Parts: sequence; C-alpha cells; structure tokens
Amino acid sequence: MQEIVIMLLMLLGAILIFLAGVGILRMPDVFLRMSATAKAGTLGVGLILTAAALHFNEFGIYARVIAIIFFILLTAPIAAHIIGRAAYFDGVPLWEDTVQDDLKKHYRISDHALYSGELPSEEFLVPQKEADDFSEEPE
Amino acid sequence: MIEILWNIILLLISLGLIGAFVRLIRGPYLPDRVVALDLISVIAMGFIIVYAVRFNQVNFLDVAIILALITFLGTVAFAYYLERRV
Repeated sequence: MQEIVIMLLMLLGAILIFLAGVGILRMPDVFLRMSATAKAGTLGVGLILTAAALHFNEFGIYARVIAIIFFILLTAPIAAHIIGRAAYFDGVPLWEDTVQDDLKKHYRISDHALYSGELPSEEFLVPQKEADDFSEEPE
Repeated sequence: MIEILWNIILLLISLGLIGAFVRLIRGPYLPDRVVALDLISVIAMGFIIVYAVRFNQVNFLDVAIILALITFLGTVAFAYYLERRV
C-alpha cells in the first residue's frame, strides 16, 4: 500500500517536472516561461520529496524534507520575481499578444525611472532590443 | 512492473532536463538563460532525490539541501547583475 502511494507521488512529481521542461521550451516569452517553471518545478520537486520522506520513514528524514520543502516554497517565488523584474528592466520584449502591461506608460527605459503620471509616448517607446548573441568572440 | 515505473520516472525527469538545456542554449535573451539554469538545478535536485530513494542512499538528501541553497543564491546574484547591466 505504502509502495503504491510512494510510486504515485513520484510519478506525479516526474510528470510535473516534465511539464516544466515542456513549458520552458514552448512558452513564447521570458515571463510566461517563468510562470511555467516556477510553479510546475516547485510542485514537482515537493511531491518527489514527500515520496522520499514516506519511503525512508524516519524522524530525521521527515525533518530534513520539511526543511527543504519550506525553503523551496519560500525561495522559488522570490527568485522568479527578481528575475522577472530584472528582465523587464533590461528591456526584454513581451509576447506580441500580451493584453496588459501596466508599467508600459510609466517606465522610462533610458534611465530606468518610474513615473506616477503617464509619460509622453516618445519616451517609453524604445527600439526593440536585439537578442543576446554569444556566438561571436567579443572584441 | 515497479522497475518499468522507475524507468518511466527517470525518463520523464531526463526529458525535462533536456528541455531546459535546449532553452539554455537557444536563449534568445540573457534572462531566458538564467531561468533555464534555475530550472536545471531544480530538476537536478529532483533527480538526486529519486536516485536516493531508488538506491536507498539517505545521504543524498543533504546534497539536495545544499543544491537548493546554492540555486537561490545564484539566481539572486544573476538577477542583481542583470539589473546593473547597461
């Protein structure tokens, strides 16, 4: 019985991790990719850790697993938020079908400043950033 | 039966790892690569834990703890320097 529960949790975790891998490949821009990986990856590893705790069934293992899950649940959203913020400030373009971008008229990319009022349109319309290309040697 | 199930689990995790690695290579922007690295270390953590259960190695759980700590610090450092970049 316990074996079945362990295998079920592991399989579910593995499927979620696989979905995170598919999400990071198929999603159209950084922010959507992040929303796929942060949630699916965290939940997948959490389920696998739960299965490991049930398998070993010792007090020390339970304590360690709870510590890891707590830490992951605490840090994964923070990490995703920080990268998303850095990506937006860096000028990474959003997906062309994005319906809402609340910062668009309030953020000036030339000096990274935020304004509460709306900026004139020529100040927030920046030229599209080129993709980073590391294939050539830097000069 | 249970052997096949273990293989399926490890195969699914490996496919996720390959997907993240392809994104790490293809980019196209630096934040994409940082997200891919983050996902790779999370998947590696899952792989280590599955391995620990499969072969009854309790000590590998400590590796997972350290990996979780280092991943978070690395991501924060990458994001910090990404924001500083001109």
